Amino acid sequence: MENEKHHIVPYRLYAVVLLLLLVLTFISIAITDINLGAFTVVGALLLASIKSGLVLVYFMHLKFDKAYIQIMVGMVFILFIAIVLVTFFDYYFR
Amino acid sequence: MSQVIHHDEHYDPEGSKIGMWLFIFTELLLFGGLFIVYSVYRYMNADAFHLAAEELNTTVGALNTVILLISSMTIAMSTTALQKKQKATTIVLLEITFMLALIFLVNKYFEWGVKFDHGIFPGSEFMKAEMSQGEVLFFGLYFVMTGLHALHIVAGLVIMGFALARVQKGTVHADRPSLLENAGLYWHLVDLIWIFLFPLFYLIT
Repeated sequence: MENEKHHIVPYRLYAVVLLLLLVLTFISIAITDINLGAFTVVGALLLASIKSGLVLVYFMHLKFDKAYIQIMVGMVFILFIAIVLVTFFDYYFR
Repeated sequence: MSQVIHHDEHYDPEGSKIGMWLFIFTELLLFGGLFIVYSVYRYMNADAFHLAAEELNTTVGALNTVILLISSMTIAMSTTALQKKQKATTIVLLEITFMLALIFLVNKYFEWGVKFDHGIFPGSEFMKAEMSQGEVLFFGLYFVMTGLHALHIVAGLVIMGFALARVQKGTVHADRPSLLENAGLYWHLVDLIWIFLFPLFYLIT
């Protein structure tokens, strides 16, 4: 068993990420208060995607993980997006 | 490894991590499937979904979002504390995470309680009589998806309980942090799902 050096993430980085997540949450509440029509959905989902990216990369440690784990996670999201696209193409062109 | 290691105990941090991620993938696709069901029904019943979403309390939803985000940070920090060999800090941070998870569930209890008082729950006569098909669908999805998420919070509490006990006992420590790390990964998954549930149900009205 190799004794790999564990990357210790400093407390401060986690605090900064939390701050960003909170700011993004309040931005998404603020923009959905203003009625932007179709852009409300797009905006809210975009902000949620940025937030989930922050959680995955920093909280879930992906930034410091080996490439194969990053690739595996990326592929699952690509698979999910593909399924969403296919489903909506189906409904849209019925 | 120069130090004495426990040859009798099997410890494979990388294997554990892969296993945890594979489990997380199945969870993502489980909720992913539900998100697709939600989007398709929303697409087909846009007006009813708008109307029904007005019923949800954005303040409670936002409060629970903040609680989960903070709890995600505290459990992530507890791993840092463990790696820095600060056992007491690790335990305190885990306990804070545990408490925040409980507060989330208490909020959920009151939130659902208000809905029940208004006659909104699966199979209610009020909904059948007063609501359109689209609104019934919205609340059906609301209860299934936030309910399934709440079940994950309960599971998270159990996992944190195990991690807490093992850290206290000293079998999870700086050189064997896998259990705590994987508990953290699971908890972040629960957070990740809520990050999408919140805007979809509470915000987009």
